[in-house]
Amino acid sequence: MSKHPVHNVAPFDPISAPDFLPTAQLRQLQFQRLKNMVAHAFDRVPLFRRRMSDRNLQPADLQSLDDIARLPFCDKADLRDGYPFGLFACPMSEIVRLHASTGTTGKPIVVAYTQQDVDVWTNVMCRSFAACGLHRGDIIQNAYGYGLFTGGLGAHYGAEALGATVIPISGGNTQRQIMVLKDFNVTAICCTPSYFLHIIDQAAELGVNLKDLPLRAGVFGAEPWTESMRQRIQQDSGIKAYDIYGLSEIIGPGVAMECPCQAGPHLFEDFFYPEIIDAATGKLCPEGVEGELVLTTLSKHAMPMIRYRTRDITTLTSEPCPCGRTLRRIKRISRRSDDMIIIRGVNVYPSQIETALLQVEGALPHYQIILTRERGLDEMEVQVEVTSQFFTDTVGGLEQLQARLAKSIETATGLRPRVRLIQPRSIQRSEGKAKRVLDQRKM
Amino acid sequence: MKLKQLSLFLENKPGALSAPVKILARAKINILTMTIAEARQYGILRLVVRDWQAAKELLERHGLLVKVTDVLAIEVPDRPGGLARVLAVLEEARINLEYMYAFTLKSDSKGLLLFRFDDPDKAILALQNKKINIVGNAELFKRLDG
Repeated sequence: MSKHPVHNVAPFDPISAPDFLPTAQLRQLQFQRLKNMVAHAFDRVPLFRRRMSDRNLQPADLQSLDDIARLPFCDKADLRDGYPFGLFACPMSEIVRLHASTGTTGKPIVVAYTQQDVDVWTNVMCRSFAACGLHRGDIIQNAYGYGLFTGGLGAHYGAEALGATVIPISGGNTQRQIMVLKDFNVTAICCTPSYFLHIIDQAAELGVNLKDLPLRAGVFGAEPWTESMRQRIQQDSGIKAYDIYGLSEIIGPGVAMECPCQAGPHLFEDFFYPEIIDAATGKLCPEGVEGELVLTTLSKHAMPMIRYRTRDITTLTSEPCPCGRTLRRIKRISRRSDDMIIIRGVNVYPSQIETALLQVEGALPHYQIILTRERGLDEMEVQVEVTSQFFTDTVGGLEQLQARLAKSIETATGLRPRVRLIQPRSIQRSEGKAKRVLDQRKM
Repeated sequence: MKLKQLSLFLENKPGALSAPVKILARAKINILTMTIAEARQYGILRLVVRDWQAAKELLERHGLLVKVTDVLAIEVPDRPGGLARVLAVLEEARINLEYMYAFTLKSDSKGLLLFRFDDPDKAILALQNKKINIVGNAELFKRLDG
């Protein structure tokens, strides 16, 4: 596969040409790829073979695209159970890259790419940048973290393929980010929306007016955000803020991306097939009805995913977009159906915090996680009810307890929380599932 | 010799202090002396009452976190250098003082201070050696009644 995209069919910019495939042609392409991919997964991945065989399904039973609804789902638990390499469909000799994301039990979820998978990823990321009007000559500051997280390298490869200039600055060190934004004439930035809000605030403190800079676009993703947050970013910085969607299990960033109409990310349907289901029943939702997004990879070799339940709640629309793209759009993801919380782009489960609290000398079972957004940055406060066992009568003793709890949570999640000690029985008890998370982030 | 002090964990929020105070008032339990140690997000209310067991049980029944600590009530001459002498004795015996606060009670120009030591028994010995008067329960209540 060439560095630049695959299907140069439409008389548009070759990079984004596949975005404009006539719908019938796109569906045909999806069906062809689906058949190949399901056959590949059935042959190579015991889990998929077993699940399909349980339903008396063979790859040949796929007679039309609609038959995808007959296939079984898979989800994050399957990936965890298969840790680390159980769902790989290729021998390691064909795999050129591994990435990982965090999971509930502390073990990450490992994802794999063949060279062809990396090329597809590069392709969709390249088209993502092109979709929001970036091109050769743009200077893109990539403030997604480089490393096991897919954000950094995914955006990097895509921006290079576009022909843009990439600054691989990675996350953090806000003062340096602002210096580089200013001194290098950066025209676009990639990071989480909350981190960009932080950059806006810090820039103001440093006396840098982002509106005076050549910066014109932000490619924001990796965490839930809302339209009002977009408005605030655009007003305060003078840039256009675009929503990019993706997840490591499917490929990384670049599953869907907004066009200049900013009317919800277009799914790169030539590589990822979307469905919306009722999260409780698993039944398909009619178009426009909100439900859980389910994605099937149509070309993934190293780690195909058949009907992967993303837990992201959204709607799907095939209404024509003024930009002319035939790719269907999803609504911005602002919540998830499971209990995973995303803090500063990092996935955190309440169970991780619970484990961390319990590791400190044994028994502090009553806690609550309060999420707030201050100066554009997510803050996590963990409120813990003190028990007589830990109440020491001196401020120093309680401060030590606070420090030990904070350290333990930081070790488990990578995030440093504020720990607040509170009186026994002050957290409201629940009859069923405890309400562990109070998300007060105004988005 | 030793007095029982109750320590209460209080969150730093409006009404946190009045809750235990009201509970004790309703039960007609008088607070003989008290102090608050404050951190940014919480405080520790320390108090001495006559019937500490009853007070502890009552407060705990209302969901408060109560810890019982041994403290010493030490007579300190109410004149310049009075406290300095007591402290010198403790320092010489290498006894760690966690905190101290006072009773309003005064007799024969002697003040009464409450001390919390990491090792109260060692403190008792050191103070008695130097003839410094430690006021126990019986004597304290007698003075209060008188």
